[in-house]
Amino acid sequence: MSRFNAARGLSRASGGISTFLSHRAGVAGAAILVVAALVAVIAPLLIPADALDVTRVTAAPWQAPGVEYWLGTDHTGRSVALLVVQGAGTSLFVGLTAALLAVGIGTLVGIVSGHFGGLVAGALLRVTDFFLVLPALVLAIALSTVLPRGLGTIVLAIGLTSWPSTARMVRAQTLTIEARPFVERARALGGGHGHVIGRHVLPSVVPLVLVNATLAVATAIVAESTLAFLGLGDPTRISWGAMLHQAQLHGAVPQRAWWFLLPPGVAIVVVVLAFTLVGRALEAVVTPKR
Amino acid sequence: MRLAGRLGGAALSLVMVAVLGFFLFRVVPGDPVVSMTRGRPTTAAMQAELRAQFGLDRPLLSQFWGYFTSLLQGDLGTSFTFRRPVADVILERLGPTLLLVGTSTLIAVGLGLWLGVRAAWRRDSAFDKATTGVALTLWAVPTFWLGMLLMMVTGDLFPSRGMRDTDTAPDFVSQALDVGHHLVLPSITLVAVVCAEYMLVMRSSLLEEMHAPYLTTARAKGLRDDLVRRRHAVPNAVLPAITLVFLRFGLVVAGAITTETVFSWPGLGLLFYDALTGPDYFLLQGLLVCTAGAVVVMNLLAELLYGVLDPRVKVV
Repeated sequence: MSRFNAARGLSRASGGISTFLSHRAGVAGAAILVVAALVAVIAPLLIPADALDVTRVTAAPWQAPGVEYWLGTDHTGRSVALLVVQGAGTSLFVGLTAALLAVGIGTLVGIVSGHFGGLVAGALLRVTDFFLVLPALVLAIALSTVLPRGLGTIVLAIGLTSWPSTARMVRAQTLTIEARPFVERARALGGGHGHVIGRHVLPSVVPLVLVNATLAVATAIVAESTLAFLGLGDPTRISWGAMLHQAQLHGAVPQRAWWFLLPPGVAIVVVVLAFTLVGRALEAVVTPKR
Repeated sequence: MRLAGRLGGAALSLVMVAVLGFFLFRVVPGDPVVSMTRGRPTTAAMQAELRAQFGLDRPLLSQFWGYFTSLLQGDLGTSFTFRRPVADVILERLGPTLLLVGTSTLIAVGLGLWLGVRAAWRRDSAFDKATTGVALTLWAVPTFWLGMLLMMVTGDLFPSRGMRDTDTAPDFVSQALDVGHHLVLPSITLVAVVCAEYMLVMRSSLLEEMHAPYLTTARAKGLRDDLVRRRHAVPNAVLPAITLVFLRFGLVVAGAITTETVFSWPGLGLLFYDALTGPDYFLLQGLLVCTAGAVVVMNLLAELLYGVLDPRVKVV
């Protein structure tokens, strides 16, 4: 029985991989993400601390791209290319952790409100619908205004405000699965809450949650850049949104300093698009067309 | 009965908005008065007055009751930076935001629905692939960055700050032209953000109708292709997209904050930015309660409208 299950699992997995590989956009997205992750991990090890220290840079500010600084310099004379590379870490970290937090809360709320009926489920559903309607970004702005500035605040602000769509979806899936005869059989054989949730509900929810998480990272990265642009980011860290905040603050637009404006924005768009494409390809794997 | 349920649900949501607004400013670590007056010359008397205004000297339940009853009377407290009632400041800034958001929503809905219909009708055509690709890319573009790019690319073609010039002639026509001139870049920015979603929803909604039997019947009657589309497919597919206009109101609100900040458009979004840079907690609380309340009302309208437009969904 177990060998049969393992074989079936293997064939399903390889089928899933080949479905994913048939989505060229998804493969391209995955490749971009691998590169971005490598850059984020390796960059801080290779960039000398002096190069990004405002008090120690020697280059002239607002230098257009040239041989020495091939993406030019910012208002303090730092290399824009190095700033973009350094910023990848912050954007990816916030995007991933905030998405993880949001999807975690969403999954928990979704399963609890789907599995346990009654008053608790009703209240949870009510709260979920309430937060689903409210604009998440507005709440995130309010939260990060009242909390002290920092990376943790940004993650909390985004994570705590973007879980409802996951909760909705997980709840629907939980209800669908629990209506199936094999769950009824498991219950009749004496399976408790833990057994039903752990062995039947969770495995069926995980693929959907994975797709949701990928798309949530995309949303979270845009949200991080928006909060940082509004000046709510961690002032001690370099991120793409924070770079654009500086660009706006020091008049990159009137000065036509396109080299300070384009690279961080393009970086955001490319990474967010990559997550979206991977998410859509995963979605095609998880929900095959009938 | 369902109608009463919907109204009751919306009323409950409004109460929850009020509770949210109250507790958001109770999670401020430390003394909110200290963090609000940081870097400003304030006397002890002023701080005590602020504390009394927050009701920090009273027990939590009595604080909430005071806040809730004044909220019901339209009293949102006094803004710290403007030194005027929050409700007055918000009302003053409502006009410019309604102008910007209204114009952009109308254009975005029209353009999004048209593109969505064209894309779905010729599925997998070059046009379909191009518009879907553009829509996905636009979805990944941060609003504020798009605004800054537009500003840089157009240069001096359009004014980039504020809503009107001070030296414009006072007659109505010149004033309207001036405001319209200022409106171009912010509304393009906002349209780009919202339009993509309308387009994608209209596209998938029409795709679901594409193989419906009644379309085959219409074709069998010998109707021309665009008549089948206009008279039969689109009216059925447009319903979800229309209610989306109301459901996605929150998205527009969020877009308005960054757009107005980039272009210094003197509306509620810029007021939001002023409130968070202060930080001016009363103003922020008032803005949060008002926008969240508006979103709840819009959502209720969407549900009711759907019932009117689509008799299969019984709401009333």
